Amino acid sequence: MGRLFAIEIIYRGIFQKTLGKHISRSIVLAAHKEDKLGISFGRYGDSPERNGIPAKNFAIVATDEQTLEEGMAKYEPKEVDITIAVDDTLCKGVESWAWYGLQPVNRLLKPGGTLIVTSREQPEALIEMAHRKEYPYKLAIVKGTPSFSGLWVYKDDHTDVRILGAIARILPELFSLESVQKAIMDEWHDELKATSAGKSYERTTSLTVQPNQGNPEEPYRFDFPKWHEMGEGIAIPSIPAGHSFEDPTTHAVGGFRPDRNPTFKKFSTRTMRPVVNFDTCIKCTLCWLQCPDSCFDVTPDGLYDANMQACCGCGVCEAVCPVKDCVTMVNETEFRDNASQWEMWKKDKEGYKTWLEEKIKSHPERSHGFRYRGQYEEQVPEMLEIAREG
Amino acid sequence: MAPVATAIEEQRKTDETALITGSEAIAVACKLADVDVITAYPIRPYDTVMQYVAKLVANGEMDCEYIVAEGEHSQFEIVKHASACGARVFCGSSGVGWMYAMEALTVTPALRIPMVVMVGNRALDDPGAFGVEHNDALAVRDLGWQLVWVDNAQEALDTALIAYRVAEDRRIFLPCAISCDGAFLTHSQALVKIPSQEKVNEFLPRYNRADLLLHPDNPITVAPQANEDWVMEIRRQNYAAMERTFGVIKEAYADFERILGRSYGNPFFEEYQTDDADVVLMGMGTLSTPVKVAIRQMRKQGKKVGFVRMRWFRPFAAEDLAKSLGRFSAVGVIDRDYSFGSPYLGGVLAGEVRHALYPSPGKRPPVLGFICGLGGREVTVPDVERMTDSVYKAAEGKVQPLTQWIGLRE
Repeated sequence: MGRLFAIEIIYRGIFQKTLGKHISRSIVLAAHKEDKLGISFGRYGDSPERNGIPAKNFAIVATDEQTLEEGMAKYEPKEVDITIAVDDTLCKGVESWAWYGLQPVNRLLKPGGTLIVTSREQPEALIEMAHRKEYPYKLAIVKGTPSFSGLWVYKDDHTDVRILGAIARILPELFSLESVQKAIMDEWHDELKATSAGKSYERTTSLTVQPNQGNPEEPYRFDFPKWHEMGEGIAIPSIPAGHSFEDPTTHAVGGFRPDRNPTFKKFSTRTMRPVVNFDTCIKCTLCWLQCPDSCFDVTPDGLYDANMQACCGCGVCEAVCPVKDCVTMVNETEFRDNASQWEMWKKDKEGYKTWLEEKIKSHPERSHGFRYRGQYEEQVPEMLEIAREG
Repeated sequence: MAPVATAIEEQRKTDETALITGSEAIAVACKLADVDVITAYPIRPYDTVMQYVAKLVANGEMDCEYIVAEGEHSQFEIVKHASACGARVFCGSSGVGWMYAMEALTVTPALRIPMVVMVGNRALDDPGAFGVEHNDALAVRDLGWQLVWVDNAQEALDTALIAYRVAEDRRIFLPCAISCDGAFLTHSQALVKIPSQEKVNEFLPRYNRADLLLHPDNPITVAPQANEDWVMEIRRQNYAAMERTFGVIKEAYADFERILGRSYGNPFFEEYQTDDADVVLMGMGTLSTPVKVAIRQMRKQGKKVGFVRMRWFRPFAAEDLAKSLGRFSAVGVIDRDYSFGSPYLGGVLAGEVRHALYPSPGKRPPVLGFICGLGGREVTVPDVERMTDSVYKAAEGKVQPLTQWIGLRE
């Protein structure tokens, strides 16, 4: 039997759909320049994609037809040589429409396999976000703001070819830089893109992540009932309406927290989250009314606390809030937990203020490229500059 | 003259006889079952039942929501939702009207909706023929619908009551379509014994949607999107429910006999003059009449021919049938339907019968298929004699086409 290569691309549904497809197709086309065979496909259960919900593409490449068939006889590969996360916030884990529970970003990596992440963060920050693995793996960063080449737009910021260049460096048995550049010229007829791939190839380095490094949490998971344990008629209990809850400092009971989907948490769906200044909130209700995911809990003291179990990070609350800097969207990479901001504020208002200011100050510009009109166009030259200069 | 209320009260206690069509018989069953929601959309020959129900409602004899939908798809969707909310429902259609409702028909068993409907069997378009063919009802045979064919108005009425009893049994909760041959049954009147309301009430308990009731006091989500993690288990549940129908149907017929006093013998298929038969014919629906007449004539000539009429097509009592057919030296299946390109190019019933026989440990007689009576063409006594001759030849081992068209101009 020949050699089989498997590569997965984890991307944000819709926003990065085109990017994910380009990378996976190009892997197969570049390998084919060296007479290898391959297939490229999306994980069918991830579709229909939803905004920001993690989804996957796979490229399976083999040195001969029989070996390829071995790799194709599965719905998705059980292990991969390379995992590519085209958004660094995906390092926190992957909860897709296709399965229940949170899967670590590095779950499918073989021992010694490589996780490639597009990010402007330092490796330490990414390692801390990703769950621990029982054996060592490698991490390589392709520097850049996560590219949003999605269903509606294709932001040609060279993220795709820079990742291909990095793969040629990390796994030269799969394909050489020369093959990548040939495939790029066939596909895009763009020498600048071929050059970007070459620069990425030259710059790519990786470091080893040890089993004692990373997020020690057990990812949440769910058990499936047997067919005779399930309710009949495709009927499931509704999510209960919700209930009041207790103020941790005054012990007053009140407000309203809607009950939420017990099996879909949305923690891994968002790329940014609202940070709320409760001292300046005028209780106008707009964030609570406009949130498309009913993510705001009404607190016993009449404030609105964005519950991270339900927040998709869309930014509507920030947009509708009439008070300057009361709600600010902050890059998800800045957070390590999903705790209540309101509780933090109630327990230590001064401490919260310091925390809030630090978060708002350091928040790197983030969104799906549509946070304000023209943001998307601004990001392309910036990314091309990174591609050129590193 | 007795006051109307008293007359109605009298009628509640005693069986009476009425000269009514098969469609009217089903409408009377709806009245006796005190159906809550009925939806209608006209298409011949089913429309006779909706007309008669409308008359019952207009005359104050029946109290139900009677909704005329803007098409068959809505017609079936409305009762599907009403049933989910706990209403006993009735619906129906014919031919391409039934096909227009197909999307609603597929989701109905999946959601375990005990809808009872009448299919006035009609040829599918094109051409736009009004006459009977069974392909309309058969189009849902794999989806979890219970399918039953009746051959007279009395059986139509009785089977409708039994259908409610079985469909609404919590162990089942599957829809049931009662097929009535267009014209021969839907448009011809016969004397029918109408059971008293008391007896029907004793036989047929109220519909209780129980844990699946869609109501604010029982907050559930029905039909959420689910992918491969759930679908096999959901299908397996419907498989189990259909498997249970065998037992529940037997129970219902036994109670029907006990309470209403009419016996149908084996609920799943009727046997006619099979005790000493050499060969048998098989079929569904009203073609039983010319077949029985022909059998009586042929028996005078010494030909020991019998007839097996399938009532329940889903569930299909394969083991019982195989055991029964093992007694004969050949079987001729008359299909008032077609399944172009199927094994041996036969009709749907012929294929099912061969399928039922294959694993049988007993004798497996040769099975000949006949396509006959399409589009409402009459199945004549000479047709039946011709088919019987072929079946005898098959019994003698003579090679001939496994599927033969009978009553065709050629």
